[in-house]
Amino acid sequence: MLSLGQDEIAKYPFLADAGQYLKDKGFTLEQFGTDPDLKSLIEKAFNRIEVAADGKIYHSEITGDKVSKESALPREVFSFLLAIVLLKLSGMTTLIKRFALAEARRAEKYLEKDLANISDESKKQLAIKVIDDLFSVQIKKHDDFFVIPVSDYLKHSINFHEREWKLINRHVENGLVFLTPHETVRLIRKELGSYISSKIINAKTPPMISGFEEPVNKLISMSKKFTTFTVTTGEYPPCIKHAIEILEKGENLPHSGRFMLATFLLSKGQSVEEIAPLFKNAPDYNQRVTLYQLNHLAGTSGSGTHYSCPSCEKLKTQNLCFAIPECDNVINPLQFGKKRI
Amino acid sequence: MQENDIKFLEDSFKKYYFEHFDLIRVPNRTSEREFGFQKFNSGMTRHISIKDDKELHLLLMKNIPSDVYCSNACYSFPNLPMNEKDWKEADLIFDIDAKDLNLECRNNHTISKCNKCNEISTDSNICSKCNSTKLEKKSLPCKNCIDASKNEVSKLSNILIEDLNVQQNDIHVYFSGNEGFHVYVYNSQFQLLGSRERSELTDYIMFNGTIPETFGMKKFKPNRSSFPDFEEKGWRGRFSKEVYGSKSKRSKIISELITSGYSSFQKTLEDISSKIGAKIDPNVTMDIHRIFRLPGSLNSKSGLTKIFCSNLEKFDPYTEASFLDESSVEIIANCPIEFKLKNRRFGPYFNDKVSIPTYAAAYMICKKLAKIA
Repeated sequence: MLSLGQDEIAKYPFLADAGQYLKDKGFTLEQFGTDPDLKSLIEKAFNRIEVAADGKIYHSEITGDKVSKESALPREVFSFLLAIVLLKLSGMTTLIKRFALAEARRAEKYLEKDLANISDESKKQLAIKVIDDLFSVQIKKHDDFFVIPVSDYLKHSINFHEREWKLINRHVENGLVFLTPHETVRLIRKELGSYISSKIINAKTPPMISGFEEPVNKLISMSKKFTTFTVTTGEYPPCIKHAIEILEKGENLPHSGRFMLATFLLSKGQSVEEIAPLFKNAPDYNQRVTLYQLNHLAGTSGSGTHYSCPSCEKLKTQNLCFAIPECDNVINPLQFGKKRI
Repeated sequence: MQENDIKFLEDSFKKYYFEHFDLIRVPNRTSEREFGFQKFNSGMTRHISIKDDKELHLLLMKNIPSDVYCSNACYSFPNLPMNEKDWKEADLIFDIDAKDLNLECRNNHTISKCNKCNEISTDSNICSKCNSTKLEKKSLPCKNCIDASKNEVSKLSNILIEDLNVQQNDIHVYFSGNEGFHVYVYNSQFQLLGSRERSELTDYIMFNGTIPETFGMKKFKPNRSSFPDFEEKGWRGRFSKEVYGSKSKRSKIISELITSGYSSFQKTLEDISSKIGAKIDPNVTMDIHRIFRLPGSLNSKSGLTKIFCSNLEKFDPYTEASFLDESSVEIIANCPIEFKLKNRRFGPYFNDKVSIPTYAAAYMICKKLAKIA
């Protein structure tokens, strides 16, 4: 485990051992519910969650790298720890996810600032170490850039849908990818979010503490506004229509196209028997093989793996995408025509 | 395929495996690989584990397979079902196939065999005899096909070495035994990568998914100095060489690119993608559980050997990959295209009864363009 200074814990509170921290400072959770001086910290914690739920980043009291007030640092850490307690008591996973993401974005800012720090080498080293310890990404400084091995880059970049993150749009040399401090930190955003949310999810839920009821109830009602309902038009996306047309004409649809069509229809709830006849016009049609393969995709035979429909990005590279404006930037054909109400 | 054709091929293949076992390259960590094989007119047997080359030799002599395969992956338990194998890592492999290169010469040497009436014709869509559309295409790749494939292999090797830090001697190139090449990469940083990561790597190698910004072009107020320099490394350098042509034209071409605008630039990127990107089959590279034709084994689509190419530039598959024996055999050939093997010309044949060497007879029988008389 990293040894952290006071201001590092305030910047990266998720690295601290929560129980130990409270004990070291000589507090118990109950005190926060009853002690009028400490109660304001619960409000601060609630506020921290509220800001995150709104999709904004909680504004810290740490300005620059200096501490504005002597007491600000512990307040920062306490409000984070209390926020976790509130979230656990509310049991609302949507809020936990939003909170984890916002906290990740907040930590990201500090990591970036520390990486770009040219006056304090130790801050930079700490940021490099945090990234290495938590996400096993080994970064090295190279002039104004940070470089990481292509293989490490790919493990993280595949989670992005934006084209600028594709390896082809990166400066690659000698097996290394060149990144700015901002990009380096951005690369691990998702993992940072998952790391924080897994820490919260794995934390023990304490029994209800007196003084905590009100904010917890407010959280429960707050989370209700994030429930969404969706409707679909039921129309097939252009890639699927195209594949069906090809088959109807008796032309050859490549294996990747057949895979897309079958997995799409299976996900839409069609049965293997309903799908199989679609392929009967294929030049190499063989009923036995078709049924075998469909059952395999559906997970009813073979390894039991249920195969899902490939992403739009994947289909683009296989020349199976025929996007139209109605696609509206969906990232998977299954989302086509789906609208939130 | 008929009984006596199968018998002929099995005899010839068995002889090959008996006499040329030295050509077989058993991969390192043999016992961690999954092997598989097919017999003529029969399905695939896979999930086999093999201790060493002796055991492999025995398997070949006992089963006389039409095709033999071996995984690029290493597993803890290669003989268990796929999800119990415990995948450890996999060599990075690329497949380059002449039939995917959209070559013009293909029309001259591709024929269709009707699955219904066996008629052989040069029309690729419909059988001239029974109007069936269920046609099987057969191609006898020409020198141009092989040269074009070799060119793709060189493009691929350059990208691997220059951009991805792969060492030249860790790249092994094999003729696939039919229409292309398999490129194996050992000891790279990519051994442990999963399928999605490998898929990203193939887009990089194929020059897929580029955005104009990467090459300096912006939607608003593009800046001349962010366009690539002629001497730059990686894709920006390859872009410069393709688009500028020469160092002296850089400035003029940049002006043209800026005038034509953003969407025209995007179009330029798509156009040059087929020229400068290496045309590999992405599905092969991203499959980390695949079994590949074993180096040194015979390809039942041609009777030729999947052979290591020590000098790719000079490599000629029709002399260097044909190992079946010379003894003559009588066949009825229906092969309207001339071909050359071991420096001898054969065909065209139009349902002719001819007596020719085993290697040439096997080549046509494998392509279903001849049968034993």
